[in-house]
Amino acid sequence: MSFRARHLLGIEHLAPDEIRTILDLADRYVEFSRRTVKKSDALAGMTQINMFFENSTRTQASFELAGKRLGADVMNMSVAQSSVKKGETLIDTALTLNAMHPDLLVVRHHASGAVNLLAEKVNCAVLNAGDGRHEHPTQALLDALTIRRAKGRIQGLTVAICGDIQHSRVARSNLLLLGKMDNRVRLIGPPTLMPSGVAEFGCEVFDDMKAGLAGVDVVMMLRLQKERMDGGFIPSEREYFHRFGLDADKLAHAKEDAIVMHPGPMNRGVEIDGTIADDIQRSVIQEQVEMGVAVRMACIDLLAQNLRAERGRAAVEADV
Amino acid sequence: MTLFLTNARLIDPEAMTVTEGSLLIEDGRITGRDVAPPEGAEVIDCGGKYLAPGIVDLGVSLGEPGARHKESFRSAGLAAAAGGVTTLVARPDTTPPLDTPEMLEFVTRRARDAAPVRILHMAALTKNSDGREMTEIGFLLDAGAVAFTDAERVCTDTKVMNRALTYARSLGALVIGHPQDPGLSKGAAVTKGKFASLRGLPDVHVMAERMAFDRDMALVEMTGARYHADQITCARTLPALERAKSNGLDVTAGVSIHHLTLNELDVGDYRTFFKLVPPLRSEDDRMAMIEAVATGVIDIIGSMHLPQDEESKRLPFEEAAAGAVGLETLLPAAMRLYHAGMLDLPQLFRAMSLNPARRLGLPQGRLSDGAPADLVLFDPDAPFVLDRFALRSKSKNTPFDGQRMEGRVLATFVDGRRIYDAGL
Repeated sequence: MSFRARHLLGIEHLAPDEIRTILDLADRYVEFSRRTVKKSDALAGMTQINMFFENSTRTQASFELAGKRLGADVMNMSVAQSSVKKGETLIDTALTLNAMHPDLLVVRHHASGAVNLLAEKVNCAVLNAGDGRHEHPTQALLDALTIRRAKGRIQGLTVAICGDIQHSRVARSNLLLLGKMDNRVRLIGPPTLMPSGVAEFGCEVFDDMKAGLAGVDVVMMLRLQKERMDGGFIPSEREYFHRFGLDADKLAHAKEDAIVMHPGPMNRGVEIDGTIADDIQRSVIQEQVEMGVAVRMACIDLLAQNLRAERGRAAVEADV
Repeated sequence: MTLFLTNARLIDPEAMTVTEGSLLIEDGRITGRDVAPPEGAEVIDCGGKYLAPGIVDLGVSLGEPGARHKESFRSAGLAAAAGGVTTLVARPDTTPPLDTPEMLEFVTRRARDAAPVRILHMAALTKNSDGREMTEIGFLLDAGAVAFTDAERVCTDTKVMNRALTYARSLGALVIGHPQDPGLSKGAAVTKGKFASLRGLPDVHVMAERMAFDRDMALVEMTGARYHADQITCARTLPALERAKSNGLDVTAGVSIHHLTLNELDVGDYRTFFKLVPPLRSEDDRMAMIEAVATGVIDIIGSMHLPQDEESKRLPFEEAAAGAVGLETLLPAAMRLYHAGMLDLPQLFRAMSLNPARRLGLPQGRLSDGAPADLVLFDPDAPFVLDRFALRSKSKNTPFDGQRMEGRVLATFVDGRRIYDAGL
C-alpha cells in the first residue's frame, strides 16, 4: 500500500500513486455500500469526531455515514454554534477534543490553513473537509472516482472547471489532482472570479464559456459562493447565468459524451440550468454524492490503518 | 570621561570606507580618529572587530502606551541595546494614538527613565489618526516630535492630506506615508500571485503600493512637503520613486529588513510569524529592493519592529496579527546580505544609521569629529542559531526562529557609555 500519510490535509502533498490507492479502495467501498447489509468492523472501537466550524449538511452526513459503515463511533460537533461563540480559540477547541482521545478528526473551517494549524496540535489523524478557499481533498477524490467510473480512466482527459474559481477550494483541489494525473484543465469564468497566477498552474484560462467548453470530456460546474463575496464580483445573477450558466446551448460545444458535474449544493438558474442537472444522460451529480461516501470510507480506512501502524511501532519501541 | 577604542575596523558610512584604526571619545562625543590616546583614557581593545555608528531604527512599535503586555520602553530598550540599535524612533499608532503635545511629553519622560538607548517619538498626522483633522503639528514639533504619520491608517481624504502636508511644509516637518491603497489592500494577508492562489488566502496586488505612492507624490508635488515612504517593497514602485527624486521632490524611502531577506514563499504552510504589513513579496521584488538600497534609491533599512503576543499569532493565517519583532535580528539579518555579497558594510550602515539620522536631522549615524559616540562593535562572522525565547523583547514573534545567523553584537555605546557588553 502506498498511502503513508498521517493526515489528509490536501491534494498538494499526495503522489499519483497515493491517489490511485485511495480510488482503488473506494471502488471496493462503492460495491460494499450497495449491499443491503453495509457494515464493516474495520474501525470498531475507534472514535471519529466531525468538527464543522462552517455549516454543512451534505459533507457532514457523508463523513458520518462513511465512519459508521466502517464501524467507528462517530460524533458530530457543530462548532459553528458552540464554544467558538464564547471566544474559545481554534487551538483550544482542538486541544479540548484531543484530550478525549479521538482517533480521527474531520474538520471543516472557514479560514484557509486552519486545518493545517489544528493538525499540528493534536495526536490523531486529521482529515480536511474543506478549509476556506484552500483545499477540499475528498471532493477532488470523489470527483476523480466519478470521472474514472464514467470515462474508464482519469488521465489524458480535458476537463473544464467553470464558474467561481476564486472562492472555490473545490476548484483548487481538483486543479491539483487533475494536473497530477496528467489531464488538461481549462478554467472558465469571469475574470473577477479568477484567482491570480492561475496560468502558472499549467491550465488554460477562458472567459468565454463556449470557447472554453469546445471538445471537453468533463464539465465541472461550481457554485457561485455568495457567502464568501465581499462586494460585487458580478453585475447580476441573470447576466451571470446568461454568460456562464450551463445550458443546452453551451453544453453543445463540449464532446457529445461529455459528463456534467457539480459539487452541490446547486443554484439552479444561476450556474446551471435545471434541465441539464436532471438529465441522466449527461449529469453525474447524483453519482458524485454516492462516490463521496465511498471515497470518504477509503480515506478514513487508510488513515486509521496508518494510525494503528504508527501506534504499533511506538508500542514496540517503548518495549525495547 | 575619556574612552579610547583601538584595534578596530571602522565602518564610516559618510566616507563609505572600512579602515583599521581607533576612535577617541571624550564627554560622550567622538573627538579624534587614529590619534594617540591621552593620559588616563580607558583603552578598549576591539580585537580587530568592526565598529560602526549605532543603528537609528525608524518606525518601531514599542508597546507604550496601550500594549505593555507585548513590549515596553524598557524591554524594547534592552533588546535594542543587544541589537546594536542606539536610537529608536517610535511609531505613534499606540492606544490611544500619540496626537497631543501633553501625551508626547509624558511618553518622552517615561522612555528616558526606562530605556538605555535613545527613544524619539513620531506624532500622529491627524487627530486620533482618523484622517479628518490635522494634529497640533507646531506644538508637537516643539515637544520633540521628529516626524508625523498615521502609520498604517492611510488618510484617504486627499483634501485633509493636502492641508496637513501644506501646514507641515511651512514648519519643515517630515511626514511619513504608508504607501498602500487601503481599498485594494483591505483584508489582504499575502501578495497576489501563484502562491496566494495555491494557499487560498486573501491577497493584494503589488500595484496597491504604486497607486498609493503615486497619489502621495502628486500631493508632495502640490505642497512641497518633506516626505518619507515608510516601506517600499515592490519593483513596480521603484521607477516612480526614482522619478520623484530626479524631479527634485524632497522624498526618501525605507524598506524593512524582512523584505530584503525573506520572500512570500517563506510563509510555507501558513506560518503566521511571516505575516507582515505589507505582506512579503516575490523573490524578484526582494532582489530589486536590495539593488535599490545598493544604488541609494531606497535610503533607509529598518526593523519595522512590531511585537505581537503568542495568542494573536496562534490563529489561522488570515485571522492572525501581522508583524515581526526585529530589534535584535536587524543586524544579523543584514549580515546575510553582506555575506551574500549583495551589500557591503558601508552601504548597510549608510542605510541603517547615517541616512535615518540625516533624514530626521539628528547628529548620529557618523564617525566624524563631534558626533555623539553612539556606536556598535560587532563581529559579522560569529555564527549562532536563533532561539526566539532568548530574545529580550517581551514578544517573541520572529520569523528567524531556529535559523542559522551570522553577526553578533559585542558592545553597544550610547553617548560613550557602554550600555551593552557581550564580553570582549
